[in-house]
Amino acid sequence: MGDAGLDPALLEDSAEDLYENAPCGYLSTRLDGQIAKINTTLLTWLGYRRDELVGRRYFSDLLTVGGRLYHETHFAPLLAMQGEIGGVALELKTADGTRLPVLVNSAVRTSPAGEPLLIRTTIVEARDRRAYERELLRARQEAELEGERLQLLVTTLQRSLLPPALPGVPGLQAAAHYHFASLNEVGGDFYDLFALGADRWGLFLGDVCGKGAEAAAVTSMIRYTLRAAAVYDPDPAAVLSTLNTALHEEYERGFGRFCTAVFGLLSRDGDSFILTLASGGHPAPLLIRAGVASYHTVRGGPFIGVFDDAVFTATTTIVLAPGDTLLLYTDGLIDARTGARTGEARERFGEEALCELAASVVPATATSVVTAIIELLDGFGDGLDDDVAVLALSVPPGNGTFPAPRRS
Amino acid sequence: MPAMSGVTVDRTNNVTVTGRADGPVVMLAHGFGCDQNLWRLIVPGLAQDFRVVLFDHVGAGHSDLSAWEPGRYATLDGYADDVLRICAELELPPVVFVGHSVSSMIGVLAAVRDPARFAKLILVGPSPRYVDDAGYLGGFSQADINELLDSLESNYLGWSAAMAPVIMGNPERPELAGELENSFCQTDPAIARVFARTTFLSDNRSDLAKVTVPTLVLQCARDAIAPAEVGAFVHAQIPGSSLVTLPATGHCPQLSAPDATLAAIVSFAAGTAAGTR
Repeated sequence: MGDAGLDPALLEDSAEDLYENAPCGYLSTRLDGQIAKINTTLLTWLGYRRDELVGRRYFSDLLTVGGRLYHETHFAPLLAMQGEIGGVALELKTADGTRLPVLVNSAVRTSPAGEPLLIRTTIVEARDRRAYERELLRARQEAELEGERLQLLVTTLQRSLLPPALPGVPGLQAAAHYHFASLNEVGGDFYDLFALGADRWGLFLGDVCGKGAEAAAVTSMIRYTLRAAAVYDPDPAAVLSTLNTALHEEYERGFGRFCTAVFGLLSRDGDSFILTLASGGHPAPLLIRAGVASYHTVRGGPFIGVFDDAVFTATTTIVLAPGDTLLLYTDGLIDARTGARTGEARERFGEEALCELAASVVPATATSVVTAIIELLDGFGDGLDDDVAVLALSVPPGNGTFPAPRRS
Repeated sequence: MPAMSGVTVDRTNNVTVTGRADGPVVMLAHGFGCDQNLWRLIVPGLAQDFRVVLFDHVGAGHSDLSAWEPGRYATLDGYADDVLRICAELELPPVVFVGHSVSSMIGVLAAVRDPARFAKLILVGPSPRYVDDAGYLGGFSQADINELLDSLESNYLGWSAAMAPVIMGNPERPELAGELENSFCQTDPAIARVFARTTFLSDNRSDLAKVTVPTLVLQCARDAIAPAEVGAFVHAQIPGSSLVTLPATGHCPQLSAPDATLAAIVSFAAGTAAGTR
């Protein structure tokens, strides 16, 4: 299309008219901010006559007091250093005292030799935009508040799924730790240690597949099932069978939740403890004895809750003699992506590294091993994206430190 | 752009040292809203005769943001602690401390606590209290300060999304680091808010009379933040202090009138007389 197609009114638009009546405010000031030139649009917005401002007032005089503080501490220094600054939200004070939200862009005009001469400022009315931004700010503040409430809820719920403290078992040291992968989501790991009458204790540690509220509900159900089942028949295989039956019903109902777990029955025998364990698809515990750490395969059955006909009959018995330490853990620990980067993926921490860590703790006790793992987890950083639960038991070296057990 | 090729000697406060190694020490402390870049126009001039120590307050510029704690920096004492720590760690001889804006009061607090660390104080645009009080004109009301806090929030909308990961150290996005290097005075909005409150709601009027170090007040002729009356108040309260009014408009004479500012600092810092009234 040639000029012939244009409206004559467009051709008559002049640079001067564009300056005076542009849909934005134009302002030129001396380097110290004194107003030297201002366009009609901005005068109209402000409600001032030209002679009231030019040569008399400074740009910062047009701002609210808070805006002036911002101008002096941020805007002016940055403009001086960078030669330009853009998109700054300020409020102008009009002649009748009302406030006009605007966005301000300024640039220093320099001479051909590079000497700064004056400051040019463009001002865009931003009433709607600022109202929208205020809404965004309010929404963000609300979201932050909601986030805090969620975290409080999650930590409270999580705490309710773990024992507040481990009970004292005479002649045994026990320590546990739970690492939360996320403050916003309830984890699916669990553990407990509890008395089953005199001189007998039950313990368990496990991992529900998935996390979040649904997994938490299953975790809660698992905890109560295990504790109730142990009272009824403390044989570890029988306890896991009961759990399998209960959990499989949930699984069938479409929740698809299952878990891995180790259940143990602990009783004292002189200076030692006899620990009978059954496992449902759970990683093998680590036994630290005389400075050597090795995995101890525990018999049992498959993942718990998946199969209707899963059989849990076999158990494994470990005698914890004075000086021995046993570590139960969930796979978040060994699966943490913490090793060397090979391409995109990082290698998992792995069983071997855990073994080496456990063997390096001298002297190995439940407390010292758990402390070492806490330090390890702290160092994992973003390589650790799963929850981790650990439960350690140790029998102090037998040198008469503990009174002999009383037998009735 | 004047070179500021100092050696970084402390990560916490991003302390850089430049200038004449055997010269007397001038320590430059920036105010609220910016970082050590604010001194860039006068550093080359100072560096000829002085050993120049620059730093960013914790929470500003390239300081270690993980060292920032809201409790510690809710009062100016936290910042004064840092100044004294830097002096001690660098084993500096008594310094000529040049504090701009709020840093002038940080210098006052540090010099009251440990005068032996300071040869002289130069207070650029000082104000011991910004909010008006009975019989005292600071220039601002509480409502004005709240308005500033609103201005901060409005102008950090764009910041929080793009800049936060950079300042927190995000090696996954190196392209953002380049963006940061080109921009001065970026501050985490949450930190800026606390610093603004600490700056504008402090009252250090009673500390001024305790200053025993030779002091120069550098007042700008036209300063919306620290008006001439406030500069005169500071001058009157600090025993034996001098007052020089710079032909400068605004709150940052080191940018708007760098030559006059440099000359005033050099003259006072190099002068032997304690009170060049």
